[in-house]
Amino acid sequence: MGADPKRALVRFRLNGKPIRARAYPLTRLLDVLREECGLTGTKEGCGEGECGACSVLVDGELVNSCLFPVVQAEGRRIETVEGLRRGKKLHPVQESFLRHGGAQCGACTPGMVMAAVSLLREKPKPSRAEIREYLSGNLCRCTGYVKILDSVARAGEAES
Amino acid sequence: MRGIASDHAVLVPRRLSEALVWLSKDPTLVPLAGGTDLMVAFEAGRLPPGRLLNLWGLKELGGIRVTESHVTLGALVTYSAILASPLLRREFPLLCEAARQTGAIAIQNRGTIGGNVVNASPAADTPPALLVYEAELELCSAESKRWISYGDFHTGYRQTLRRREELVTRVCLPRTARGMIQLYAKVGGREAQAISKVCFAATGRVKGKLLTDVRIALGSVAPVPLRCRRTEEVLRGKTPRGNVVAEATALLEKEISPIDDIRSLAGYRRKVAGNLLRDFLESLPCGTGSRN
Amino acid sequence: MGKNVLRKEGAAKVTGEARYIDDLRFPGMIHGVTVRSDIPRGKLLGLRFEGDVPWNEITVVTAGDIPGENIVTMHEKDQPYLAQGEIHHSQEPVALLAHPDRDVLQRALRSVKLDVEPLPPVLTLDDSLARKHVIWGKDNVFKSFRLQKGDPSSIWLSAPRIVEGEYVTGAQEQLYIEPQGAIAVASPAEGVTVWGSLQCPYYVHKALKPLFGLAGDRVRVIQTETGGGFGGKEEYPSVIAGHAALLAWKSGRPVKMIYPRDEDMAATTKRHPSRTRIRSAVDEKGRLLALEIEFLLDGGAYCTLSPVVLSRGTIHASGPYRCDHVLVDSRALATNTPPHGAFRGFGAPQSLFAIERHMDRIARELGLSPEAVRRANLLRSGDTTATSQIIREKVDFPGLIATAARHSGLREKCRSFARSNRGGRFRKGIGLACVMHGAGFTGSGENNLKAVAGVEITPEGRVRVLSGSTEIGQGTNTIFAQIAADALGISYDDVDVAQPDTRSVPDSGPTVASRTCMIVGKLVESAANGIKDTLVRGGLLGKRYTRAQFKAACSRHAARAGSLRCLMSYEPPASVSWDDANYRGEAYATYAWAVYVAEVSVDMVTYRVSVDDFVAVQEVGKVIHPLLAAGQIEGGVAQGIGYALYENVVWKDGRMANNQMTNYIIPTSLDTPPIRVFFEEDNREHGPFGAKGIGELPMDAPAPAILSAVEMAIGVSFDKIPVLPEDVMHALEGRRGG
Repeated sequence: MGADPKRALVRFRLNGKPIRARAYPLTRLLDVLREECGLTGTKEGCGEGECGACSVLVDGELVNSCLFPVVQAEGRRIETVEGLRRGKKLHPVQESFLRHGGAQCGACTPGMVMAAVSLLREKPKPSRAEIREYLSGNLCRCTGYVKILDSVARAGEAES
Repeated sequence: MRGIASDHAVLVPRRLSEALVWLSKDPTLVPLAGGTDLMVAFEAGRLPPGRLLNLWGLKELGGIRVTESHVTLGALVTYSAILASPLLRREFPLLCEAARQTGAIAIQNRGTIGGNVVNASPAADTPPALLVYEAELELCSAESKRWISYGDFHTGYRQTLRRREELVTRVCLPRTARGMIQLYAKVGGREAQAISKVCFAATGRVKGKLLTDVRIALGSVAPVPLRCRRTEEVLRGKTPRGNVVAEATALLEKEISPIDDIRSLAGYRRKVAGNLLRDFLESLPCGTGSRN
Repeated sequence: MGKNVLRKEGAAKVTGEARYIDDLRFPGMIHGVTVRSDIPRGKLLGLRFEGDVPWNEITVVTAGDIPGENIVTMHEKDQPYLAQGEIHHSQEPVALLAHPDRDVLQRALRSVKLDVEPLPPVLTLDDSLARKHVIWGKDNVFKSFRLQKGDPSSIWLSAPRIVEGEYVTGAQEQLYIEPQGAIAVASPAEGVTVWGSLQCPYYVHKALKPLFGLAGDRVRVIQTETGGGFGGKEEYPSVIAGHAALLAWKSGRPVKMIYPRDEDMAATTKRHPSRTRIRSAVDEKGRLLALEIEFLLDGGAYCTLSPVVLSRGTIHASGPYRCDHVLVDSRALATNTPPHGAFRGFGAPQSLFAIERHMDRIARELGLSPEAVRRANLLRSGDTTATSQIIREKVDFPGLIATAARHSGLREKCRSFARSNRGGRFRKGIGLACVMHGAGFTGSGENNLKAVAGVEITPEGRVRVLSGSTEIGQGTNTIFAQIAADALGISYDDVDVAQPDTRSVPDSGPTVASRTCMIVGKLVESAANGIKDTLVRGGLLGKRYTRAQFKAACSRHAARAGSLRCLMSYEPPASVSWDDANYRGEAYATYAWAVYVAEVSVDMVTYRVSVDDFVAVQEVGKVIHPLLAAGQIEGGVAQGIGYALYENVVWKDGRMANNQMTNYIIPTSLDTPPIRVFFEEDNREHGPFGAKGIGELPMDAPAPAILSAVEMAIGVSFDKIPVLPEDVMHALEGRRGG
């Protein structure tokens, strides 16, 4: 029985800053971000990697932080929604979501925004079909996705 | 339900050799790759307390190596990495299609080919492709190294030939599917983030009017991912039209053994499997005019 | 008004700064979990606390610890906060545990064993009707209604044609992306304060008082940013709030309770499953001569809101159609399943599904088109509804149909699909549904609520809206600010909306029933006008003024007389009179009218139905915020698509077996079609600036429109939802005899 793990020190970069967090190795990255690091922008919607509300970027790749054991965050570069704005200025994706009705209740929004940021970095002017596919791991219950797709498409247009 | 993090220790080897030595000393270690299956089990309280062996980041388990006759994927190659390879997209489109339809982007960035194979779910998306491509697996322990045919790997429901002290280290694909007509179909409850109800992969080579080579494999219709050799036999050397199709479809529906479960019904799976086969066969160009 | 102002609550949501309940942390806070029954019915003999768990560190609460009444206050006093001696449904809460360490708590939760002597459960409507076992009251009936207009029994013998059908809808899980959660601080000395993800702070307030035996001023409820509700956070939060508060009371520490998704899905309320039987007398043109409707709802184990859901379903049961002879017999029945509750639409999606499918059945049996049958019967101005309410406003269904047909290509596609459906892998269909949705509470409901909302002026000249109505994604704060700003003639940016905290805002009634904009928004408008009148009459403001002058007037008032606040309470419009005993009269002050068109493809290889295009046309009075209004319709349509084709609750032993997002599926962005929304704004009598309620309307039409389209595509008429690919396969293969 008893695996007797210890809370170990994990070091990673979070929104550009070096972080030292102490946690059990299998603790979810989601919990470390929200608790040890105090960044509650990333949300838990399902705890099973289905809804994408917990999406963050690790070394530039979109992942579900509820399925990411913190031991694997060692030495990585992590970006969350809190890292997007520059001072008072919103990230163009955030601005677009605000202007085009991409957020209703907001629970899926941080994860959705991170997915959109990841898409636009890879493909600055995605087609509507490409946006649909890229965001298909981020569930929304409020919007029917229409204005989320609009927001991402307009953000793509605005940035270029 | 929530996972209990303090019930699990994670060993972090620096090299594959170290991982294998640790595994030989304690074969109860559970190998952990991208976590897209294990962490779900952890959260659901289905991961028994114990120790895990972290494989993520081991360089020896990464990479896609190409020779004239084979393409070899390290066990930790992710679905995204598969999709990013132009060679794989050209020559192994069924594997790429399986990767594209697994979960969605965030899952594809972390799910690995080795993890998918070792997890041994009968509903997994890549196995049917690996079966028709006649993949081979390298299994390594601290003491040994062996290659086996992937077709032999699954021995029963979530049971495999992997010994506890072994890791699947590489998946090797012979480049023999070139020029074959290939079809992959995953039938789930929705277009993304779905566990398959039926998963179908087939390749076929037609010479004139005859099907000279045909390989058919399905997932979610048996306790293991299934290569349907009896159905293939009935098709080989024949023209895939009319009675031949009907006979093959009927045989396929008998060769598989789907069940009712929380997602779907045996009858549905059976019928759809037959439909997918019919659709594949009727799409093969065999000089007899347009498909019905 | 009518402009897409940036949402008040918007920036915080896109930056992740908005604070939902799980984002809050209190010093000394501990965590709470719920011990639940796994069996649906039985005698609770006891609990055992086993395992290698530090029980002496864990706060344990059972029914015996409740300071006041062990009753969740709602229509009936039948539901206990914690089971005592008897189990009436699977997932019924039996005990509560709290501890600072969540891992310890999980181990503890897994180590509690319940000793239950099982009893045979009642798990279906038929078993409940048959009274094999009486599990509630005298006869398993929570509530029944009989709505009658004219006398259908006088029509049957002479009727040219009689058409009958049975229609069934399944349970549906609200699946808000943010699960249920609450934090409580409670002690005999300080009273009870609860923060929570909720729609109705005053419902929770009302429930907590008798639980603790406290007066209203010792209980305080605060709504935190709420990640979706859809009705699932209308009444249920009273339960989780009470549980968190009980643990706080006993432990002396703040307690946070957040449901993991699997618990949320298995244990909380769902949309009531329904079964409707319709018998209609029609003439050869499809005109309805008489309607007899039996409408049944499965209410689960306790009464909760079933009477009100039943009421709305009953009133909407004959749809937007004229008929002189209508009889609706409805009942809400008890089963040993987790109680069902509010979900957007609240009974209307169920009964409107039935009548809309029935109109298609009439069409089929008479050899008419679905559109023609509807045209022969749709309500017009001056007609009366089933409750004998005269429709005094403008209703233009022909116009709505024309708009919907134009945008969807309905008629052209009917023709072209008929040709192309002779073969091929994908069969296409297009179908329409016509509905109406009564806005606000039924009949005397608003009278009974006596909602209050207000506006106050701060000394700095900022305007603050005071209301118990909550923002749950639909944009409450934004539209209230727009309404107040327009009424006062000032800038939207000068208006704030107070956080719903029962200590500082009035009870505006619950955030449900599509009433927030129409009823409470109107009160906000009136209160703002009241503020303006006060300042004008006090000589502080001229009849016309600038923004700066307004601010100056507020400062002068503050200096002279302190705070200025105007509260308005609901007055029923003179035209609304409702006879509750006979279910006759003005059931709703106004209705939104809609025609929706769905275009589908059916894959003959996989039997999957996909919705390819969707057009939603509705008359809504006045659109306050076009982006938000369209967003409501789009989201509701997506939920309706889920209701029709994806969302299947698998029941096993009286509980939801597929209680994970992996196996209970809602559409992803790859599953939803383009959804095109069109508004007509014809009637301006009710609501602020004429706005009608629209939050629930979009739930009503998608499912029947989709099934109508499927019928065109493959010639199979489904009368039960959800329609899964397995059902399509069975229907097609059954027809082939293979």
